[in-house]
Amino acid sequence: MTGGGTRLHAGAWWLWALGLAVTASRTTNPVVLGLIIAIAAFVVAARRPATPWGKSFGYFLKLGVLIIGIRLVFTLLFAGAGGSAVLWTWPVVPLPGWLSGITLGGPVTAQAVLWGLMDGLRLATILACIGAANSLASPARLLKSVPAALYEIGVAIVVAITFAPQLITDVQRLRTARRLRGRPNRGLRGIMGVALPVVEGALVRSISLAAAMDSRGYGRQGKRSPTARRMSAGLLLLGLIAGVVGIYGFLDSSAPVGFGLPLIIIGLAASLTAIGLAGRGSARTRYRPDRWGVREWLVSAAGVVPAVTATIAAVNSSLAMAPSWEPLALPQVPLLVVVALCLALAPAWIAPATGQTNHARRGHRRDTPDHVPGFDTTTPRQAVDA
Amino acid sequence: MIILDRVTITYPGATQPALSDVSLHIPEGEMSLVIGPTGSGKSTLLGAMNGLVPHFTGGTLSGSVVVAGRDTAMHPPRDLADVVGVVRQDPMASFVTDTVEEELAYTMESLGIPPATMRQRVEETLDLLALEHLRDRALLTLSAGERQRVAIGAVLTAHPRLLVLDEPTSALDPAAAEEVLAALQRLVHDLGLTVVLAEHRLERVLEFADSVILLPGGGRSIRMGSPADIMRDSPIAPAVIRLGRAQGWQPLPLSVRDARRQAGALRQCVIDRAQHQVPHETQAQTSPAVPADLTVDVVKMTVGYSETPVLRDIDLTVRRGEVVAIMGRNGAGKSTLLRSLAGIHRPQRGSITVSGLDPAQLRGPALTTSIGMVPQDPMDILTFDRVDKECAQADLDTPATAGRAAALLSLLAPEIEPHQHPRDLSEGQRLALALAVVMSGVPHVVLLDEPTRGLDYAMKARLADQLRDMAAAGHSVLLATHDVELTAEVADRVIVLAQGSIVADGPVAQVVLASPVFAPTVAKVLQSPQLRDLPGFLPMTPESLSQLVGSP
Repeated sequence: MTGGGTRLHAGAWWLWALGLAVTASRTTNPVVLGLIIAIAAFVVAARRPATPWGKSFGYFLKLGVLIIGIRLVFTLLFAGAGGSAVLWTWPVVPLPGWLSGITLGGPVTAQAVLWGLMDGLRLATILACIGAANSLASPARLLKSVPAALYEIGVAIVVAITFAPQLITDVQRLRTARRLRGRPNRGLRGIMGVALPVVEGALVRSISLAAAMDSRGYGRQGKRSPTARRMSAGLLLLGLIAGVVGIYGFLDSSAPVGFGLPLIIIGLAASLTAIGLAGRGSARTRYRPDRWGVREWLVSAAGVVPAVTATIAAVNSSLAMAPSWEPLALPQVPLLVVVALCLALAPAWIAPATGQTNHARRGHRRDTPDHVPGFDTTTPRQAVDA
Repeated sequence: MIILDRVTITYPGATQPALSDVSLHIPEGEMSLVIGPTGSGKSTLLGAMNGLVPHFTGGTLSGSVVVAGRDTAMHPPRDLADVVGVVRQDPMASFVTDTVEEELAYTMESLGIPPATMRQRVEETLDLLALEHLRDRALLTLSAGERQRVAIGAVLTAHPRLLVLDEPTSALDPAAAEEVLAALQRLVHDLGLTVVLAEHRLERVLEFADSVILLPGGGRSIRMGSPADIMRDSPIAPAVIRLGRAQGWQPLPLSVRDARRQAGALRQCVIDRAQHQVPHETQAQTSPAVPADLTVDVVKMTVGYSETPVLRDIDLTVRRGEVVAIMGRNGAGKSTLLRSLAGIHRPQRGSITVSGLDPAQLRGPALTTSIGMVPQDPMDILTFDRVDKECAQADLDTPATAGRAAALLSLLAPEIEPHQHPRDLSEGQRLALALAVVMSGVPHVVLLDEPTRGLDYAMKARLADQLRDMAAAGHSVLLATHDVELTAEVADRVIVLAQGSIVADGPVAQVVLASPVFAPTVAKVLQSPQLRDLPGFLPMTPESLSQLVGSP
């Protein structure tokens, strides 16, 4: 991560990951989905930076397992779906008339279970892709490349993202403090008891952050006049409205022909102009912006190619991409998609190495606070002196 | 550089102005130290220097504040960001980005400094503050001293002409504090920066200051002058000044080094006394412990789950009525030890018993009557919006008689009104409230984590009295602290932790005098080979020294 241009543009990582996510969304074939997770994990293991958020991939995987579990429970409860291989039959629970579309109980078929599993797996895979992007390039880094006009919105998002983990440590800290006073700290009462102080603490923190940002020059106005500012804001609003109406017209088949597409184009053009105009007046500069070079093109392509292949394959060879499990048999493997996916492994070599260990290990004297894995009850402030 | 002209600041809803009729002139290149009791308006004064008061906090300001030729009435804080750099008490709360390098660049980005210049200044600042090896590190993983240096660096990159710091060393161990102060020294000397800092621990910074601004509080008017001038009769004085005043030294020594040069006669006098009454109580203190007296018994305890546990093989016993100070640098495991004793962390190996019970199993009144813990931030255990509600709840939580917490509080801090919000109290008052709440359960063991942070000398003296009373009443008191003077004053025993192990454990005089880092001022001044073998004899505070030798 050190030195000029030795790290990959955050946008390239996100494009690559989104490409994989699109690929996953096009299929329920377990072979393809498993392959995508494996590729994401491999690249993350090879190229993640040695930062706290670099470890977030694991959490996303766990979340994925949870989603598969939930999806399976629903499948088992609301059986109802077709399929020939009946595994067992639940007693049917009679539901009131206004719920006539839903059946609770009934025969559970192997096909339904497989469908549920694969559907859950698909969601979990998409999550894994997002998790990979998160690990490889934190959203905060992505912000560095956002157009200047959208900077303020971006800051709000990043502050919100960093507050979430802070809230969790706050809850833990205040729950242990509640126990110290001999009050219940577990279960619903424990959570309710700390809710108010946690929100209060978050408010106090955001005020002090705002004060810090203000005294460090955040929000200084450039040379733009108020009129220019209002013009670009108005243009952006118009562009967005035109875009929304255009998309509506495009999707609604009853709308007059030739109504949707032009409006979308006009809307897009107006919004881009507004963003460009607003950006020109900004006084901000950027420290060491990520550069977009050959490596970035290659990494993005490694994600986009499988996505395109999978989208085409989903139309042409739908059986391999979405197995019907009727009869119960191993699904066909969409060879072309698998070959394209192998390309997505390439970033593990194309992207520059991040030196995962060399600076994390250095200077153990007082440089590293005792942040021991699995021992995370201390807040950052307490970790100072844990 | 800074000119305040008849400045009066009143916060909305306040009956009294926070600052009234202050006129000051701080010249360029000077290092000014702002001192005063808590609540005397130090933070308000610092806030006014970059316009945060009143632009951000609200309230009204009459008179004028002019910084580097700009009137803060016309310039909000963001427009002063290129001339004033502000470092606040808790650096973590003011970080905007998440890695060291980006944090250093943030202010420059807002100011629109060209990328090439930014790059150069970041590299310079990394070197200036010795942060080069941390440049890619996430801010969350830094130690307290490193965070403080990053926070200073983050405002320095904008090349401000004035640096304003609010208690930059209060959360730091003595060594880390020295690193930060050394960095500040270099900035004043090499870059000609004007520095204004508020600090409670004067013993660390007094010798570096060019001038002192004293805010006496209580409506008395502000004074500014040379350190020696102000210290002659300042109500806020570190141990070295109190020693110099008690001994009538002229000129008044501002540093341990100055004091040592004048202490020849005094040292000889102490040595004489020592040689006359050698077989003193030193032996009597270390009588073997009676098992029934033990309130804390820790055997071979290891806490944390990795190859590098936070605490490793800790053996510790504490008796009734004993005050034990736990010292060691930031991150040595002091807080974790206290938290383990309170049952927050379970040991991976080994055992803990506190008054005969396993603390991790305790809940409800069983806990509040055996262990009372005041965490680093007392606000953690204060959850109500009024002081009286807090006390009432404390009586419900413990088997104590009604009104006990309120009675204790009126003893500790009589000035607190029952209808106040705990968040509006000063640091010292919050600590008093938390202590009252905790002590209402009459716990056998009292645990205090860094209790002197943000306390002025008067409050510290009050805390020391309370701790002694608690010990006399049979409570065992354990406190984790960086404050060597407090340790010297109240502790019977000192434990030094390093990298999760106990490296020293013994009577306060023995441990503290053996180390240059932990020795209190008086000991440093009197240090001599003849006294080295009689550690139990050496007085620890200027007051006890005066009792021994009498004032001239």
